[in-house]
Amino acid sequence: MVGIVVVSHSQKVAEGAVELARQMAPEAKLAAAGGMEDGSIGTDVSKILAGIEAVDQGDGVVILVDLGSAVMSSEMAIEMREGGSQVQIIDAPVVEGTIFSSVEASIGSSFEEVVEVLAGAKAYKKF
Amino acid sequence: MATKAEVLDFIRVYADKMAEHRQELTDFDQAIGDGDHGINMSRGFKAVMEKLPTVEDKNIDDILKAVGMTLVSTVGGASGPLYGTAFMKAGAAVKGKEELSNEDIILAFDEAVGGIQFRGKAVEGEKTILDSMIPAINAIKASIAAGKSMTDALVDAEAAAWGGVEYTKTIIATKGRASYLGERSIGHQDPGATSMAYAFQAAREVAAKAGN
Repeated sequence: MVGIVVVSHSQKVAEGAVELARQMAPEAKLAAAGGMEDGSIGTDVSKILAGIEAVDQGDGVVILVDLGSAVMSSEMAIEMREGGSQVQIIDAPVVEGTIFSSVEASIGSSFEEVVEVLAGAKAYKKF
Repeated sequence: MATKAEVLDFIRVYADKMAEHRQELTDFDQAIGDGDHGINMSRGFKAVMEKLPTVEDKNIDDILKAVGMTLVSTVGGASGPLYGTAFMKAGAAVKGKEELSNEDIILAFDEAVGGIQFRGKAVEGEKTILDSMIPAINAIKASIAAGKSMTDALVDAEAAAWGGVEYTKTIIATKGRASYLGERSIGHQDPGATSMAYAFQAAREVAAKAGN
């Protein structure tokens, strides 16, 4: 199953997005990598790296990011990784993207299919 | 040239400066960004100071890499990956060295700035760290080429770095949070360029003390 890592400057935002997604896709492989180790606002490369490793089952991992350093820190985590399956940072809304990709991944879709669904999440109209 | 003791001293002096200028950097960042630069940098370098005793008997490259790794996991903002990458790239450039020649120092700076450009996808003139760092490195190269000592070259580098900080007041931010402000970012100095200028100030002070 494709793994999903949620990277936000806020631990609560990342955990909240994961919580919402789990309600719809309880079996999805999700990791919340928000905030710093001490819970303060920021992004932490080691936390992201640990998140990727925790959800990588060999079918690829997508990373949802909020803004700014969330992208740079995620890029660094990917570069530092040794081995493992493909990992991609996706430009999509964090909450919606986490939910859409969790549902898609949990039905056994491929990495490419999950990435495609996330591209749609960016264009998704709420009303 | 620079000995390992001087490299360690540079890290300590810079860490002190980040603690000392914590509020000032935060104030600059509050004007045009998210107001956490001073807090983030001082938090990161506080963690570096805690880490340093465990690596100070290693080679210079291992020390610089450890500093970079600590920064990317403790700074929290964009300056974490940027400064972290700079230290890691500088470390990789001087692999196995216990002492740095002037050529090694220039190479380390070149790799560091290349790392920041790669990570931040920025170029000079976008109101970033690069606007003080690039002029400073160019000044070192010019001064060394003109036959000056590293100590004198770093005096020129620091002056060039502060010149770069002044320049950031005149330009619009196109990277990071400050870019949302557009023209309103004019008149404010860039906090990242400022924290980088302190790095050259730290290097200048350490070199002067060592008399290289």
